[in-house]
Amino acid sequence: MDIPKSFLGYKRENGRAGTRNHVIILPVDDISNACAEAVANNIKGTIALPHSYGRLQFGADLELHFRTMIGTGKNPNVAAVIVIGIEPKWTKRIVDEIAKTGKPVEGFHIERTGDIGTIMKASKKAQEFSQWASEKQREECPLSDLWISVKCGESDTTSGLASNPTVGNLMEKLEPFGVHLCFGETSELTGAEKVCAARGATPEAKEKFMKTWSAYNDFILKEATNDLSESQPTAGNIAGGLTTIEEKAFGNFQKIGNLKFIDVLEPAEEPKKGKGLYFMDTSSAAAECVTLQAAGGFNIHLFPTGQGNIIGNPIEPVVKLTANPLTAKLMKEHVDCDVSKILSREMNLSQAGDELIKTMLRVANGRLTCAEALGHREFVMTKLYRSA
Amino acid sequence: MSQPDLIIHDEKDNVGVVVIETTKKGQDCSAWIMENDKTVKVSSMNEVPLGHKIALQDLKEGDTILKYGHDIGKVVKPIKKGEHVHVHNVKTKKW
Repeated sequence: MDIPKSFLGYKRENGRAGTRNHVIILPVDDISNACAEAVANNIKGTIALPHSYGRLQFGADLELHFRTMIGTGKNPNVAAVIVIGIEPKWTKRIVDEIAKTGKPVEGFHIERTGDIGTIMKASKKAQEFSQWASEKQREECPLSDLWISVKCGESDTTSGLASNPTVGNLMEKLEPFGVHLCFGETSELTGAEKVCAARGATPEAKEKFMKTWSAYNDFILKEATNDLSESQPTAGNIAGGLTTIEEKAFGNFQKIGNLKFIDVLEPAEEPKKGKGLYFMDTSSAAAECVTLQAAGGFNIHLFPTGQGNIIGNPIEPVVKLTANPLTAKLMKEHVDCDVSKILSREMNLSQAGDELIKTMLRVANGRLTCAEALGHREFVMTKLYRSA
Repeated sequence: MSQPDLIIHDEKDNVGVVVIETTKKGQDCSAWIMENDKTVKVSSMNEVPLGHKIALQDLKEGDTILKYGHDIGKVVKPIKKGEHVHVHNVKTKKW
């Protein structure tokens, strides 16, 4: 297949390009959700991103909170941002960082004003942003403007046999075009960690990966009260035929094809070493992982599923594929790309990779994903430990 | 290139994955090995559903299950060739 050299995206002030054109209302903390949701309800063409955290966090956990908030606002799929927090200082910190992209952003704090006054002021600004963003047009952008993240979910053995290798095939074909790529799921590489570390492009990348994996594994061993049965693998994984975490890990690992990763990212960290494949330290829970990858700046996501995970994200379109013929039939409304014919050998891996490239480009050009059409907007912050 | 009943990732593997809706008891299954494009036969001892694994050889307690050519866990109950391989007779070596 001749791979198209471009897609139609929204060019942003900082040189990046978006596959979407969202105006977001971003609450800094849990208690500002009501205000943010009221503004999004008032002003059409905006979406609120409510979440559960942002108060009394400290240390690395607080840094991750800010990185996720700021990264979400900076993502090129976002045209403009309204930030609403209870207090002025943290609100301003987020606004100031997002403003560095050059995109319109304005912050509002609720203390000394109350919800109603804040909603009125923020709604006026949100209306301005929404109408401004609505005039943005899609323009031709090089394929290298695509930052593609991947994560699988409700995996079964068909994931490792076919849908994950399909993503790997896409990666092998698109890497030469200069795209950014990202995989994560630290805990779900357990059993395949040494094989994965060996894919580090440099000794530093290899070492950084092993350090990251070991820290996560130590944390799991410390907190585990049983053998993690029903969590890793999940009951859904087991129903689908996956027996152990090692089996799941080797299946998972198929997503990167034969590529090497150039760096290991902190959760929600933006890549800084240019084009190529990155590993990000994330949980293996779907919504947490995709939220972190979107905050890292990734603008389109590929999500292979076995038994049928239904996740979406408010700002990063999530393209789902499955190789499980039962899932493709019974959960059709969640499947953007059906590659189940690999199992019956009516389709080979390269043909499946081509199909996924075509589907992904249609979505990059504006086609709504199944998850978007169904209203999935899972925005889930990762919290490292209890607040003070 | 007929439709296989089982797919095996790697020649070294001692399990194959069912890729039809279910195998029947005593069914003579054709298993396609992805790595080298060979086909082998194995008789399914049980009804095994889509996505689940079947042993390609007799395995004893303590043996290692190989899939993708790699170690994916240990046998905790003896397994006969053609038998369903899952959480009842295989456990993780991690965690």
